[in-house]
Formats: sequence, structure tokens, C-alpha cells
Amino acid sequence: MAGGLKKFVVGSFDDEAVLFPAVKNVRKAGYKIHDVYTPFPVHGLDHALGIRETSLHTAGFIYAITGTTTALTFISWVFTKDWPLNIGGKPHFALPAWIPITFELTVLFSAVGMVLTFCYLCNLAPFVKKHHFHPRATDDLFVMAIECSDKTDDAEVQNFLQNAGAKEINVQVAETGWWIGRYDREQKLYRHEPGY
Amino acid sequence: MNNQFVLPGSYKKWTWILIIVGLLTIIGGAIAYHPFEHAGHGVNTDATRFWAVLLQNSVYWLLLVNASMFFICVTTMAMGGWQVALRRVPEAISSVVPILGIITLVILLAIVLGHRTDIYHWLDADAVAHDKVLKGKSAFLSPTFYITWSVISIGLWSLLGRKIRKLSLDTDKNGTMDYEAGKKWIWKNTVWCSLYTVFFGLTVASTVPWLWLMSIDAHWYSTMYSWYTFASTFVSGMSLVAIFIIWLRGRGQLEYVTDEHLHDIGKFMFAFSIFWTYLWFSQYMLIWYSNQPEETRYFVDRIGTQTQSGPYHGIFFFNLVLNFLCPLLIFMKKSTKKNWTIVTLVGIMIIFGHWIDFFQMVMPGTLHEHANVETMFFGFGVAALFIGVIMWGVGRYFSNHRLTQINHPFLKESMIHHT
Repeated sequence: MAGGLKKFVVGSFDDEAVLFPAVKNVRKAGYKIHDVYTPFPVHGLDHALGIRETSLHTAGFIYAITGTTTALTFISWVFTKDWPLNIGGKPHFALPAWIPITFELTVLFSAVGMVLTFCYLCNLAPFVKKHHFHPRATDDLFVMAIECSDKTDDAEVQNFLQNAGAKEINVQVAETGWWIGRYDREQKLYRHEPGY
Repeated sequence: MNNQFVLPGSYKKWTWILIIVGLLTIIGGAIAYHPFEHAGHGVNTDATRFWAVLLQNSVYWLLLVNASMFFICVTTMAMGGWQVALRRVPEAISSVVPILGIITLVILLAIVLGHRTDIYHWLDADAVAHDKVLKGKSAFLSPTFYITWSVISIGLWSLLGRKIRKLSLDTDKNGTMDYEAGKKWIWKNTVWCSLYTVFFGLTVASTVPWLWLMSIDAHWYSTMYSWYTFASTFVSGMSLVAIFIIWLRGRGQLEYVTDEHLHDIGKFMFAFSIFWTYLWFSQYMLIWYSNQPEETRYFVDRIGTQTQSGPYHGIFFFNLVLNFLCPLLIFMKKSTKKNWTIVTLVGIMIIFGHWIDFFQMVMPGTLHEHANVETMFFGFGVAALFIGVIMWGVGRYFSNHRLTQINHPFLKESMIHHT
């Protein structure tokens, strides 16, 4: 478990067109948006939230050149030192023959490495749990969580969100990090929602 | 909205400077190299040099401008809306195809009808009669087929391209289209573009590079060759499109073209540089892996053998640095594909790199070890003529027509394009 308990004002929107100006206004008013949870990737939301560009591709490049180096060193060691074979009289150090494997290991390393890095950055792993601010964030609601400090007046924030067009507003004290185990009993699952 | 674009005086000045430099080079070559004398291996190589350089330049620049019409056609057939805002730029470049086509045709006819066996070995009827391999290919590699197919290819590229450009220009006159008219126009445009694409596949992606370039090494053949040539010219064609877009954007034109469009063009330059390298390698790899010593001749002429490096060793690998390593490393990041200066510089580098690529495709089979620095400088002079003609044709199209096809039904999709 990491992160600790924090207080959030959570507003749920049912329209992208309302969400975007709301994000802009909330940021302009100086409130700190913890995150916005959406049922599908929303184009341009990362820019609206002011999230910095991901470094995942840099990691991908490093994994890729690791793959290239691994392939070239290993194959050249095998074919020139460890077990040299005479293949049609061609030279032992036969770079052309190694290019396809080198290419494949480059792709393999960068692909697997980037998937694992992505999972790490998103706290995605088997048995790892995170707090859900609203179960319908996976269905049809755009859920914005605003982080409160000691000085934040949450009634004021709720009012602000009301004016920004949020359909549902509440205050939650939640764990920000991940934990291993079960969801706490208070966590209402979607199938227990009325009308499901 | 700016309707008419006035070409800057410096553009016109440079166009004529390049054309005059090119013409002077060709006249100088015609005087110094005695191009109409008989030449053979090691004999009178100056005549060979003259025709080899003309062949290299004309085929390269013709296929380069032809690639921009292919770009329009494939994006149209993929129902791509993003390219509409910049579509007039490749259109303008493709309007040079008939002019360069005629120049190329004159050069090709002069080579074939002038019986230049130093360029095309298969023109030598006596040698063909005693050569089993060439005899087998004689139906394809014969002057009759060569001339017929070259005329048909250049003619149809010009005519189909003209039709597609006319469809686009008609929308300027006819005004805004309603839903039904727009649907009809899109259908018509798609049909013509598909015809062009099919014909492009039959020519540039297969027979034309075999006839014009691969037949220099008449005994050798590679199934990768046409794709290799296509990739080479397509990536340089996209570079030319990018350079013209940046040039026009810098003059406040093409108001709907954003850095997002440039990013996509940059992706084409990046991706097709890698595609070219894939073919560059595969052409060698297939021969190497399947143990075909008789097909290694092509590479022996260029890079040489293990013990003796060939005359084109340096150029062959320099080619790989220019056309693969540099674009790969420079264009890997998103920000560089949106940077005007970097895209322009890499574009010029790619166009130059593939010019070098064509140099090493033509010269080893014709000039053998006699291609020297002088050949390359003569080539630069001839290239100036072709660049000048391209600039002249593109400038003419820009100053006569609207720079954005404002009545294209997909224009809005292109305006809001975001990657």
C-alpha cells in the first residue's frame, strides 16, 4: 500500500462537451485535479489536463537497443567462438544472416518492455486493487476527482462543480495508492447499483 | 481568403538559374563527351558517361514527381480526408509528369534507337543470339517492347494524372457541393484514382524499373528491384511534398495545413525510409540465403568481394547512412517531424540520398570502374536542369490555381485533423 488517505470531491459528467470546459475552468480556478476517469480514450483530454507527454517511447527506444545489442553479441559469440559451423563456405561472422533475428529481438524487447512499463506506470498487475471513484466510470460517466488540501472548502468545490455541469457530486475519502487484496466492503460494485 | 498566389521573384530567378545551369551542363557534355560516338567497355567511356548520367537523372526525377500522384490516389482510395488541405501541393508536383515524361522519353529513345549497347547490353543483337539467358528474355528486352511500353506508361501517367487534376480543379469553378453532388464527385474521383493506382502497380511497381534500370545488368534479375525503386522514389517524392508545404506555409499560404499534417507527411518519410531499407537488405538477403552465386554479380560490381573492395563500395554504404540511419534516428521523435527546419533539411538529404542511390543503380553496369568525381559533378549539373523544370512546373500550377481545394467534401475533416 502506498499513497495514504486523501479527501476528494468527485463530480460525474455525462457529456464530453460539458467535461472539456469544466476541466478548463476547474484548472483555472486553481483546484488540483487528481485525475479524470473516462469510459473510453478521450482525444485531447491529456492536453486539457496539462499532463506532461509520456516518456514511454524513450523507454521503448532503450529496450530496443538493448535487444539489438543482446542479439548481436549473443549470435556473434555463438557463431564465431562457441560453436562455429561451416555453412556453405560462408564466413563465420555472417552479419546478413543475423539481421532478421536482430530485428526480431529488437522488436520483442521493445514490445514486451513497453507493455510491462505501461502496466507499472498505470499500477496494473494481477491482484492489485485501486480505489474506484465511481463504478459507472467504466460505462457511461466521465468522473473527475478533485484533490482537497486542509484549506479546501469542499462545499465551495461542490458548488463549483454543480455550476460546471456535473450530474452527480459527492465527497470521498479514499486511498490514492494501490494495494493487494480485496476491495473494501464499502466499495459498491456496479452489479449492486440500483437498476442494474 | 487569398485566392491568387504570386510567386516571389527569387523563386523565378532560381528556377531560371537552375534551368540555365542544367542546359549549359548538357551542352558542355554534348561537346566534351562526344555522345554519339560508339562506345564499349573501357572504350570511349565519355560517351557512356553522358548517356548514363542522363538516364539516371531523367528516370529518377520522373519517378519522383510521379510518386506524388500515387500519394493522392492511395490516400483517396483509403477514404483519407486528412490530405485534402494540402492536396494541391502533390497535384502541382504531378503536373510536371508530362514535361519530364517527354524529356525522359527523348533520352530513352535516343539510347535505344541510337543502339547504345554500352548502356543496354541487350540491344546488341549479335550478343543476344549467342547468349542463352538474354535469348530467353528477348521478348521482354527488345527495342519494340521497350519503346511501346515506355510510351504507353508515360502517356497514361500523364493522361490519368491530368484527369484527376481536372476533377479537382473543376470543384473550384462549380462551387459548394450538396450531399448528393459531393457523393457523386467522391465516387468519380475514387474510380479515376483506382485506375491510376492499378496502372501504377503495372508500371512503377513492376515493369518500368525492370525495363529502364534493371535491364542495364541484363543477365541479373531481382524480384525486389521494382519495389526498391518505388520505395526510393516514393520517399523522395514525399520529401519534396514536405519541402513545398513548408515553403508555402512560410509565406502564409495553405491556411488549413497545420503541424499535424506535416507530422503525417513526416511519418511517411520515416516509414518509407525504413521500408526502402527493408528492400535494400532483402534484395541482397534472398540471394545470399538461397545460395545463388550467379546472382551475386550485381553486388560484386558494387561492393566488390571479400578480398577486393569494388569501386562503388563507399557509395553503396554511404547510401545506407543517408537513407536509413539518418532518417531513422532524426525522425524517431514526434517533435522533429513537426519542426520545419529539420523536416526541410532531412527532406533535402533524402532527395539527395536517393539520387545517390540511383547513381549506384545505373553507373556500375554502364561505366563500371570509370565513374569518377567528374561523373558526379556532371550529374549535379544535369540534376539542376530537372530541379529547375520541376520548380517551373510547380510554380506555374501554384500561380494559376487556388492553393486549397476549398470545395472538397472532406475539407472539414482535414481542417480538424489531429494526430
